[in-house]
Amino acid sequence: MIQVTLPLHLRTLAQVTGPVELEVSQPVTQRAILDALEAAYPMLRGTIRDPVTKQRRAFIRFFACGEDLSHEPPDAAVPAEVATGKQPFRIIGAMAGG
Amino acid sequence: MSEVRVLVGTRKGAFLLRSDERRQDWTVEGPHFPGWEVFHITGTPADPNRLYASQSGGWFGQVMQRSDDGGKTWETIGNEFVYEGVPGTHQWYDGSQHPWEFKRVWHLEPSPDDADSVYAGVEDAALFHSSDGGKTWRELPGLREVKGHLWQPGAGGMCLHTIIISPDNPNRIFVAISAAGAFRTDDGGVTWRPINEGLKSEYELPDATAEVGHCVHSIAMHPSRPDTLFMQKHWDVMRSDNAGELWYEVSGNLPSDFGFPIAVHAHEPETIYVVPIASDSHHFPPDGKLRVYRSRSGGNEWEALTNGLPQSHCYVNVLRNAFAVDTLESCGLYLGTTGGQVYVSADSGDHWMPVVRDLPPVLSVEVQVLP
Repeated sequence: MIQVTLPLHLRTLAQVTGPVELEVSQPVTQRAILDALEAAYPMLRGTIRDPVTKQRRAFIRFFACGEDLSHEPPDAAVPAEVATGKQPFRIIGAMAGG
Repeated sequence: MSEVRVLVGTRKGAFLLRSDERRQDWTVEGPHFPGWEVFHITGTPADPNRLYASQSGGWFGQVMQRSDDGGKTWETIGNEFVYEGVPGTHQWYDGSQHPWEFKRVWHLEPSPDDADSVYAGVEDAALFHSSDGGKTWRELPGLREVKGHLWQPGAGGMCLHTIIISPDNPNRIFVAISAAGAFRTDDGGVTWRPINEGLKSEYELPDATAEVGHCVHSIAMHPSRPDTLFMQKHWDVMRSDNAGELWYEVSGNLPSDFGFPIAVHAHEPETIYVVPIASDSHHFPPDGKLRVYRSRSGGNEWEALTNGLPQSHCYVNVLRNAFAVDTLESCGLYLGTTGGQVYVSADSGDHWMPVVRDLPPVLSVEVQVLP
């Protein structure tokens, strides 16, 4: 099982209080994780990536294993620790000052 | 005794204000969708407990919400607003052509007789319709064929913010778009035409009487007179008596004819309201006094309504969707400010009182009278 953590607003939308666990088929990629997430929680469609182009929203970031994976190709394999469920795939709302 | 429910959309969530028909004592409920911009929250005439809300934010885009129990619980509905066909381009700030890109829903207008039928006005300007309670949305692309390539976003964005379904003919719909103008369909949204003749925008447009490009801020109609429209333009308060075929100015003795909302009294079709703002450079009321102006003659002759509204050091704005009128016998008025106040008048504007003072900036106000 893959673990995914969500920012507060998306946890509220999805009506979850902590990390979500997803069954993701191999190879585990960002696209496969997001497809599984949106299938399990359809209310999140369009909030992480554009519903038509599937482009990551500008102020969303993907972190895992201490690295920023936001600019990795969506079909690249995620780190093995994420694919095996040892580390979470973290979906982050980018910082905004003010 | 009737219940009055005021639906308030703000920069940081939605609030529901409830009172009885005396409209003196209020409860405040919220925030719903805390932290999100709620550009519009509205009820459906056919089923007052069916509410629709547009929830959006810079991080997570557009979310649409529906309640079937008067706002106690909410469920997400469809949020895919896809322009029909090849989206095409509109004019950009530098004069180049720019692709149409969906940004957010500004206004929701439910059908008067079918709670599952609702229109959505969006930025970049277009009109969408849902016939399944908001699960799916379909664009009415004929609107953007009306010289859409010449439309250009103003500072507030290229938004479709006003939708009026004619009460005597559901195939006739009026819409207004910031920095594009007013438009009308007579065939249920298949074909459209601009209805901007008589508008003059000498400070905003190189051609002051251009067919499109006028910055219409809002339009209002009394249901008993579907051919009479009142418009608050960027500058100028305007009136049409022939469904927008020709407009003429009724600004009269207003201290400023710049403003955002315009509204019509529920029972007096010639009584209208505006909230003058000093100028497009200032975006606050003249002289630091928040004054609603009322005309009982359909324009030109205006009186200031000040009782209960701040008359010194007031520098808030009242946005285009933030003024509402109820249908009780003693007509109630409601306005929300960018300072987070919501004011109510239970006597057609003669006296006002604040319901709340410290909400986030108010984006929209709607009111329902419940049996």
